Formats: sequence, structure tokens, C-alpha cells
Amino acid sequence: MMPDLGKYADAVLSSYVVSILLLVVLVVMSLRAAKKARAELQKLEDRRRG
Amino acid sequence: MASLWEYANPVKFIRTAETVLPWVSILATVTLVAGLVWGFFFTPDDYRQGSTVKIIYIHVPAALMAINVWFMMLVTSLVWLIRRHHVSALAAKAAAPVGAIMTVIALATGAIWGQPMWGTWWEWDPRLTSFLILFLFYLGYMALWEAIDNPDTAADLTAVLCIVGSVFAILSRYAVNFWNQGLHQGASLSLDKEENVADVFSTPLYISIAGFILLFIALVFLRTRTEIYKRRTKALLARERLG
Amino acid sequence: MIALLMRDLRLAMRAGGGFGLGLAFFLIVTVLVPFGVGPESTLLAKIAPGILWLGALLACLLSLDRIFALDWEDGSLDLLATSPLPMEGVVSVKALAHWVTTGLPLCLAAPIFGVLLHLPDQGHTWVVLSLLIGTPALSVIGTFGAALTVGLKRGGLLLSLLVLPLYVPTLIFGSEVARRGIEGLSTTTPLLMLGGITFGTIALLPFASALVLRVNLR
Repeated sequence: MMPDLGKYADAVLSSYVVSILLLVVLVVMSLRAAKKARAELQKLEDRRRG
Repeated sequence: MASLWEYANPVKFIRTAETVLPWVSILATVTLVAGLVWGFFFTPDDYRQGSTVKIIYIHVPAALMAINVWFMMLVTSLVWLIRRHHVSALAAKAAAPVGAIMTVIALATGAIWGQPMWGTWWEWDPRLTSFLILFLFYLGYMALWEAIDNPDTAADLTAVLCIVGSVFAILSRYAVNFWNQGLHQGASLSLDKEENVADVFSTPLYISIAGFILLFIALVFLRTRTEIYKRRTKALLARERLG
Repeated sequence: MIALLMRDLRLAMRAGGGFGLGLAFFLIVTVLVPFGVGPESTLLAKIAPGILWLGALLACLLSLDRIFALDWEDGSLDLLATSPLPMEGVVSVKALAHWVTTGLPLCLAAPIFGVLLHLPDQGHTWVVLSLLIGTPALSVIGTFGAALTVGLKRGGLLLSLLVLPLYVPTLIFGSEVARRGIEGLSTTTPLLMLGGITFGTIALLPFASALVLRVNLR
């Protein structure tokens, strides 16, 4: 399954890991911010309607 | 046919985002995974660079996005300054962190790639240096957004900074080129077939680039919507406080 | 316009105006560098033009927040905004006053401080020349940064973060002129580029500075 990366395995693997990690962090943070902003607005609008 | 400017209306934008976002997200995930898996598992090693050539499927798309995200911010900033569409200004704000992360990915993978190939993590090569400067521009732009309370003032100031910054970024590119000739190879993808990377490498690379672009579009939709919610919350709170 | 210039110059000269501060900072940077890199004269001579340029740039940066801060606090900036003088003019005069009070003294002091760094003899002319051509650009770009951050309470750090990337081309071409001049290479291209940057920024950036200043005064 795993391709033979030869002597450069460290370089290839670490760049994939670092990049994917950064992308995942970015996506998770965006999703969490979206959720939070939506919940706050919802709460406020519910309160306004009474 | 609906004019593009209709999407400048926040309510309309949110409605569009609701319908588009799931599809773009799925498409982005599928393409990105496909591109990276193909690139990582099913491409041969390069006869000179060995398996490090697999880094290209992250490095090149990230570098392309790093520049194009700034370009998109420049366009949306101009639209805000000229036509005063709030969504446009917020889209620029939403895109900046994505661009900054792309720049970091391009720099990090470049450093990791440079280590075995050039024997050094970092070299003051024009391309590397320009990306570092671009990253500083992203930082300044985001810091200015954070520092100003009034949203319209912040939008105006950051828009002007983005335009002035673009001019200076291009100037820096030339200055850096003049200052040091580099190790970095020329463009990996060009219309001129002769210089291009071989087909076995380029097909997954194109898929990966498409994946990065789709991911960016999805993130911008999501983050712009977040900004609109935040703006509305702020406005409602201000109204409540007034009476 | 001349009245405004004279007023700014007088304010800067007066105690607390920070006239000598930039120079003192420049001197300290020059003195500290040998402590950092060691006292070898060959090494110092090699990096001297770069250090002088960097020191001048940092000294310039340090005095930027003063350009508008005092006028903003006492409200005279609002008066200036309503005066018949266009905002572009105000901004240009402010940049000029900043250059006369910081850039020009730095240019004149550079050859003296160069002695401390074993700057080669033929280097003095090139350093002064490149600084004379380059520092106006630093003042004009800095005025833009100061206009962006004028109303902010913790603007100082942000100002550096915004302005320093904009200084990159000027720094590269400026120190390149000095370096090539010392090595006896042709300096025409970097000199022309440096001059181009200076004149370009003087011609165009005041419009951007005036625009953001108007936004900040809104």
C-alpha cells in the first residue's frame, strides 16, 4: 500500500503532514467561528422577537 | 439574467451561500483528496529528485493560491472602494487568513524540499524572499483589520493598504530579483510544453490545483458568511443599547 | 503651506519634539552592531553600508508616529482638514517636515558614524548619496503608514508591521547603490530604480495618505 519513498521519506512525509495539518486547522477554525457567529446572532434575534 | 452585483446584497449572499456551500465543500474535498492521493501513491519517482517530487502536489498549488488570493483581495478591495458593496469588503477580510496559511504552506514545503535538494532549509533566493515578504503583507493586512473598531473605516483603510501593498509587492519582487539571482527553477507549469513537467506528474497536479481552488472558494463563502453574521450581531447589539 | 511647514519644523525643534531622538537612536544602533558581530574591521567594513542603511531606516520608523499624533490629540488635524489647503498638500508638507527633521540629519550623520564601522573611504560618498535619494521615499511611505494608524491607541507596533514591508524595495536598492559603489561596480541601475521609487512615491502616495486620513477623520 505505502509507496517506497526511499531516502527522502522524511521530507515527503513531513511536508504532507505539515500542510494537511495546517489546512485542517484552518478549516476547523473557520467552521467553529461560523458556528459561534451563527449561534450568537440566533440568540439575539430570538430575544428580540420576545 | 441576474447581475453579479445582486450578490452584493448580504441577505442574497447568505441565501446563495446556503445552497452553494455544501456542493462546493463536497467537490473541494473530493478533488483535493483525489489529487493528493494520486500524487502521493500513484506517481513514479523523478529520476533526479527521487520521491521528493511528490511534494509538488502541495507546494505548487499552495504557492499559486498564495498569490491569487492576494489578487482576489485586491479586486474585492477595489469593488468596495468604488461601489461600496459590504460583502465585497468582508470577502477580502475573509480571504486574508486563507492566503496567509497558503503562503506558510508554500514556504514550509519549500524549506522541507530545499533541504535534500539544495542542501539548505533556507536560501535568500528571489522566489523564497518574495513569498516571505508576501507573508508580511498578509500579516499587516490582517492586523489592521483587527485593530480598527468601526467596520466601515476598517474596510476603507485595509482596502487602500491592499492596493498600495500590491504595488509595493510587485516592486519588491523586482528589487529582490535584482538583488540576488536564485536557485529556484522557473515555472513548473507553462503553456510551453517543452519546459513543462512530464504528463505523469502534471495530471494529478492539475487536479490538486483544482482542489485547492475549490477549497478556497468554500472557505471564502463560509468565512464571509461568518463575517456577515458578526456584523449583524454587532449592529443589533448597538441598536439594543440605544434603546 | 509654508506656514504649516515652518510650524511643524518649530514644533519638532522644541524640547520634547524628538528632533535629536532619531539621531541618537541611529548612533546607538551603529555602536551596538560591533558588540553583536565582533570587532573585526574587515567584517565591519563589509557590512557597514547595510548597517548604516538599516539604522537610518529604523531611526526613521521610530519617529513616524509623531507625524500626526500630536495634531490628532489637540484637534489641530481637524482644523487642517477644514482649511482651504487640500489634504494632499497637508500630507506632503508633513512628509517634507519629517524628512527635514529626521531624514536629512541622518544623511549628514551617516559618514561620521561610518567611521565607527570602518566604512571604506570611497564608501562615504555613495552612502550619503544613496541616503539622500532614498530617505525622502522613507518619509513619504512612513507618512502613509502614520495616516493609516492615526486614531489607534496602540498604533506604534502596528505601524512598524505595516510600514516595514513597504520599505523593502527602497532598502534593497539603497544599500545596493552603496555596496556596488564601494566595490567599484556600475551603480546606474540601482540609482535609477532608487530615484524612480522616490519620485514615484512622492508623486502618488500623498493621494493614498490623504484618502486614508480623510477616512480616519470621518
